[in-house]
Amino acid sequence: MTKDVIVIGGGIVGCAVVDRLAASRVSVCLLEGGDDVAVGATRANSGIVHAGYDCEPGTLKARFNVRGNAMLWSLVDKLGVPALKCGSLVAAPVGGEAGLAELKRRADLNGVRAEILTREQALEIEPNLAQGIASALYAPDAGVVSPYQLAIAFADRAAVNGVEVITEAPVTAMRKEDGVFVVTTPKGEYRAKTVVNCAGAGASAVNAMVGAETFDTEYRKGEYFVLDHTERVNVSTVIFPLPTAAGKGILVAPTADGNVIYGPTSRPADADDTAVDAEGLDEIRRSVPLTYARPAFNKCIRVYCGVRSAVGGDFIVRPSEKVDGLIITAGICSPGLTSAPAIAEYVEELVGQRTELLPKEDYISSPPRTPRLEELSEDELNALVKKDSRWGRIVCRCEKVTEAEIVAAVHSPVPARTVDAVKRRVRAGMGRCQGGFCSTRVMEIISEELGIPMREIRKGAGHSEIAVLAVKEADYDEI
Amino acid sequence: MTRFDVIVIGGGPAGMAAALAADAKGAKVLVIERDVRLGGILNQCIHAGFGLHYFGEELTGPEYADRFEKRLAKTGVKVMLGAMALSVGREGEVVVLSPEEGLTHLKAGAVVLAMGCRERTAGAIALAGTRPAGIYTAGMAQKMCNIEGYLVGRRIVILGSGDIGLIMARRMTLEGAHVERVIELMPYSAGLKRNIVQCLEDFGIPIDYSHTVTRVVGKPRMEGLYYAPVDENRKPVLSEEKFIPCDCLLLSVGLIPENDILSGTDIVLSRVTSGAEVDENRMTTVPGVFSCGNVLHVHDLVDNVSHESEIAGAAAAEYALHGAPVTDGNVYAVGVGRGVRYALPQRIHGGEGSVEIFFRTDNVYKNCKVVAECGGRTLWSKKRMIVAPGEMEKIVLDKRDIDGEVTVRLEI
Repeated sequence: MTKDVIVIGGGIVGCAVVDRLAASRVSVCLLEGGDDVAVGATRANSGIVHAGYDCEPGTLKARFNVRGNAMLWSLVDKLGVPALKCGSLVAAPVGGEAGLAELKRRADLNGVRAEILTREQALEIEPNLAQGIASALYAPDAGVVSPYQLAIAFADRAAVNGVEVITEAPVTAMRKEDGVFVVTTPKGEYRAKTVVNCAGAGASAVNAMVGAETFDTEYRKGEYFVLDHTERVNVSTVIFPLPTAAGKGILVAPTADGNVIYGPTSRPADADDTAVDAEGLDEIRRSVPLTYARPAFNKCIRVYCGVRSAVGGDFIVRPSEKVDGLIITAGICSPGLTSAPAIAEYVEELVGQRTELLPKEDYISSPPRTPRLEELSEDELNALVKKDSRWGRIVCRCEKVTEAEIVAAVHSPVPARTVDAVKRRVRAGMGRCQGGFCSTRVMEIISEELGIPMREIRKGAGHSEIAVLAVKEADYDEI
Repeated sequence: MTRFDVIVIGGGPAGMAAALAADAKGAKVLVIERDVRLGGILNQCIHAGFGLHYFGEELTGPEYADRFEKRLAKTGVKVMLGAMALSVGREGEVVVLSPEEGLTHLKAGAVVLAMGCRERTAGAIALAGTRPAGIYTAGMAQKMCNIEGYLVGRRIVILGSGDIGLIMARRMTLEGAHVERVIELMPYSAGLKRNIVQCLEDFGIPIDYSHTVTRVVGKPRMEGLYYAPVDENRKPVLSEEKFIPCDCLLLSVGLIPENDILSGTDIVLSRVTSGAEVDENRMTTVPGVFSCGNVLHVHDLVDNVSHESEIAGAAAAEYALHGAPVTDGNVYAVGVGRGVRYALPQRIHGGEGSVEIFFRTDNVYKNCKVVAECGGRTLWSKKRMIVAPGEMEKIVLDKRDIDGEVTVRLEI
């Protein structure tokens, strides 16, 4: 299959890039190795929309963060992605004044709104700061977004506008023939004159396949606790400690979906090591009380771990110096989520230098989206139930998700074919019972709607089937 | 707004028994059930052992549920299926979403909460390791097996010795899976003794007390887990960590009353049971709202649920039809002393007749004495060879003896 542009990697950056390119009259495909978009670092991070005060002035991080922040707040409205502009505090103990002053200096140079507050002023914004907090840096333009829902919304809009989103297509080889890239995946070969590498943790490996620049990538894992909705009332804003060389530190934050998270740690790891370590959890248990006065680890509903990949101190977003037609994004760690819209805008510019990007006349900028139950008024809901009774049947009781929303997710432009893919789109199974009650029903809906036998319904990637045997089918010798 | 005398939220064993009792008192009753059929979790409990106390014979879960369903069908009780109550407001307003009627506002003279409980999850215990296919609550595995007809694993480890975990150890074994072992954090089982004997010992399944799972490995499918003994602070001793290859971990690490609908109401919840605090009629701290079954406190026998729910249902009907019961005006707290984790009801009204107090101990005790006292007087006492947290205990007091706070405790 031949396209104008191939984008490798369906994380937040790749999804944002295809969403930009979808507005132009170029043919594009997105190749994702996982079972769905947003299943790498995009699935497991803090979901923070950073204001941009802590990036070293003059870096790509500073440039894309500040621009991305502004773009992101209007994008989430347009795409209907859960987000909350709740501001952020960097909470410092006595002795932390110099650290805050340095952040304020950077904020000014980066053009980011930020002010240093006394403890009393900071308590007005966040009443539950820990006793030891003496002052804080407040950034009103920070907030939170659902990172996977943002990536999915990008991919869905791209797909509606003609981008082919191909999952379970890990790139196994890439070569160049007569000026055309030939990209090999288990789903076939794809050809294009331009390739954008958005492979995240795998960016260096993808580059190596075609003889382009490779990078020393440093991987650091970060564990998190997710707290029940009941904790949301106690957290008003994103609370960071003072940053260190290891990163922005262990934060306390509301999530865009109304939970609270504590995390992440920052410990060296292998690229695919998303296992939660008990020592990581213990580190969070020790750190949270230093900034936050009401830790509630007993309200934990889930723990998770993500891996960030860093290449040196800054993002890499540029054309390859060795291989013409290859555009590289690499080392997109924090603030990568916030920066993604701005990175995509710049990548679009780089693609435009090679291929004329004429606007699509029939571009759909606001594809129809399925509302969430909580967004509907009583009359709107009843009108929907009258047309389709599945709107009246709640499948996920914890997050109040109806059968109609799940069916819509299964048939969305980038369809949800696994239990976890449904969960990321509509939150069925993300609540306090963690799918204990609803996942069998979600499996049935996927099975009925897509014609996949129950035995083949998977949790997520690879061989993650849930029903491994039918009753009375077990072969005793085999076990 | 449609009005009922009594609205029962939940159509499992608690809700059905409460509805029948309310109907018997002459009340106009509605049952709101989420599932497409009545019976609740009993429908997936296809093993026997239900009804020995209530019916004097041994039934399976579906048989037990069916008896109540047949009784309900002979009454005028209205049942809404596939419907979920979204909120319980002041003055008995209940908001319900259903496929037939959409969002509707109903009004009740009294409300009975009978929503049951949910299982604690891997997330709630912050289980370390990967998060592959193969980690499920025992109840979900039970539903997959007994309702859907599939097994969720071939080589299975069970963490926690709650009754559902023990039942599933036997069930998965009978279906041809290999249950490697049960791992229990505490030095004793959380389940019934009869289940330890009939589900583990009879099948040669080992149980490791004072052990826990330290981490799960494998991605995207579970490949095994590490487990270790725990010290006196219940922290794992990692130097003694061992590996078990397995493709499935079932969790039976506790049940939590599902009272989420009550957030935002004035109903006081017990920090110990996570259910409402109630009086002897199972009325919560909000007049006209009653609670029974596993949403009130987690039971080990459905027979006790039925009995408790009849009390709640009858009292709810009386409240709706005749107003609050006449008492002598005195209310006495029921507290706990040494060795007792909680006692229920948490308060009783002064007056005539007898009152049953249910309680659970906080550990296994041998050769102890159960004592109920009031103002330094012993109201009731009995020597016991053994008491355990997994088995709910009951004492009966004469209300006329009570003139102050009642304390239930053990002499150890």
